[in-house]
Amino acid sequence: MNGRQRQVLDLLNEDCRIPLERMAVMLDMDIQEVADTIDKLEKDHVILCYRPVVNWDRTERNVVEAMIEVKVTPQRDFGFDAVARRINSFEEVRSLYLMSGTYDLLIQVTAPTLKELAQFISERLSPLETVTGTSTSFVLKRYKQDGVVFDLPEGDRRLSISP
Amino acid sequence: MSSRFVNPAISAVPPSAIRRFFDIAGTMKDAISLGVGEPDFVTPFPVRNTAIDSLLDGETSYTTNAGIQLRQEISWYLKNRSQLEYAPEDEVLVTVGASEAIDIALRALVRPGDEVLIPEPCYISYQACTLFASGVPVSVPTRAENDFELLAEDLKKRITKKSRVLVLSYPSNPTGAVMPLERLKAVAELAIKHDLFVICDEIYAELCYEGFTQHSIASLPGMRERTMVVSGFSKAFAMTGFRLGYLCAPRAIVAACARIHQYTIMCASRQSQVASYNALKQGRESNYADVSRMRESYDRRRRLMVQSFRDMGLSCFEPRGAFYTFPSIRHTGLSSEQFCERLLNEQHVVTVPGNAFGPSGEGHIRCCYATATEKLVEAFARIALFLESL
Repeated sequence: MNGRQRQVLDLLNEDCRIPLERMAVMLDMDIQEVADTIDKLEKDHVILCYRPVVNWDRTERNVVEAMIEVKVTPQRDFGFDAVARRINSFEEVRSLYLMSGTYDLLIQVTAPTLKELAQFISERLSPLETVTGTSTSFVLKRYKQDGVVFDLPEGDRRLSISP
Repeated sequence: MSSRFVNPAISAVPPSAIRRFFDIAGTMKDAISLGVGEPDFVTPFPVRNTAIDSLLDGETSYTTNAGIQLRQEISWYLKNRSQLEYAPEDEVLVTVGASEAIDIALRALVRPGDEVLIPEPCYISYQACTLFASGVPVSVPTRAENDFELLAEDLKKRITKKSRVLVLSYPSNPTGAVMPLERLKAVAELAIKHDLFVICDEIYAELCYEGFTQHSIASLPGMRERTMVVSGFSKAFAMTGFRLGYLCAPRAIVAACARIHQYTIMCASRQSQVASYNALKQGRESNYADVSRMRESYDRRRRLMVQSFRDMGLSCFEPRGAFYTFPSIRHTGLSSEQFCERLLNEQHVVTVPGNAFGPSGEGHIRCCYATATEKLVEAFARIALFLESL
């Protein structure tokens, strides 16, 4: 990745709705050059998608979220990838990571109700052959996600005017 | 009635012109401030943590007057970043911000009636500290048509037999101007010819853009013996609240400054010193990654602010240093103070009138771009509305 691409990513990471024109000014690039850079990043699957960070607590929608630590038996020739692909396919799974430490996979799961989440664990995740154990922790409150602080507005602590 | 006890020499120094705006802005919840003079980054965590560790370890005593081992790091830093060599043991003094350094430098150098040459518009302390030191401030105007660089011929016109000190500060607060090497050499020649001592405030030296590097006048032939380099951690290291600065100069000058420092300040805060030590040490190990990251972010917003002002029809000199723009508002027919006051009252945007930094700042406003991009964009929209309403 070159310097231009990194700078474009930095700006998109701050605000993916930033207008191309503003990016061009801030990075001293042509608008077309910015557009081409983003196109390339998308084609190379560096940028996978653009999604908002949503505070669901401020909506009518109910979401139950949990982090599940999973121990699995890696498969010959495939390691953890085969089971990861399988778990990926469940629509409840929001994120999936291979971890170092006392367990192997960390799954972020969301479901509309506690019952549906419990069903996912007991009926879909745990029965997988390679899964040898799970430990589920429910998310009680989100303070920060993807660098965005939730419900804790941090005002500018600086004096409004200083020499 | 108690005012009769106040030294008239102090009363004669006017209060900072920005105070009034601070009071008005304080009443507005939705005000957007372009009036700050500090970074919008929090000090990097490892640096803050060093100060916390120091407190937890019970390091609550005084340090030596000149400062802790931080002086070795400052010496190393200046050698590697600016090619300046100062002996840490007696040519470096750690101060409470660069502000203290400016104050004690002027008190150490200026005799009653000595003239201090101050290119302006400039940081607001130079004139006041000169007066506190019983000196006579002599303004040397710089102009937008010369990119606010100091011209040797302008300086020469104001040199008299009483001239003793020149205060040089580039990159400049409030203009964002830098000083190219050729013009710096011309100033250095004058300083040598007229036996001037130069206080060189380099607090913004790390924050240069467009590939520009601000050379220190101390590095030019014949200048080291007559130059003091003043800097600190507030701007490039985002450590304003730590109040940590330093001055570097030949031994005799530092000894004179240290004399004032030891009787008035004793020493800078130990926690600020250890945090600053760590900031330099980590910077050395990471090739100043944090400084680069912040500089890059300022640079993007610098371009955005300059272009936005130009799009609204304001003539805006392209700053290549610090984190300010200094657009001209002359065409509006308003004075700097009228413009800033009306902009604040009508659109709730805080800016600083250019004349707060000296008479040649009149017709300009200082706008700081060290603020979140979305706030800058909103501020530009409000300023555009204000301009349309005039």
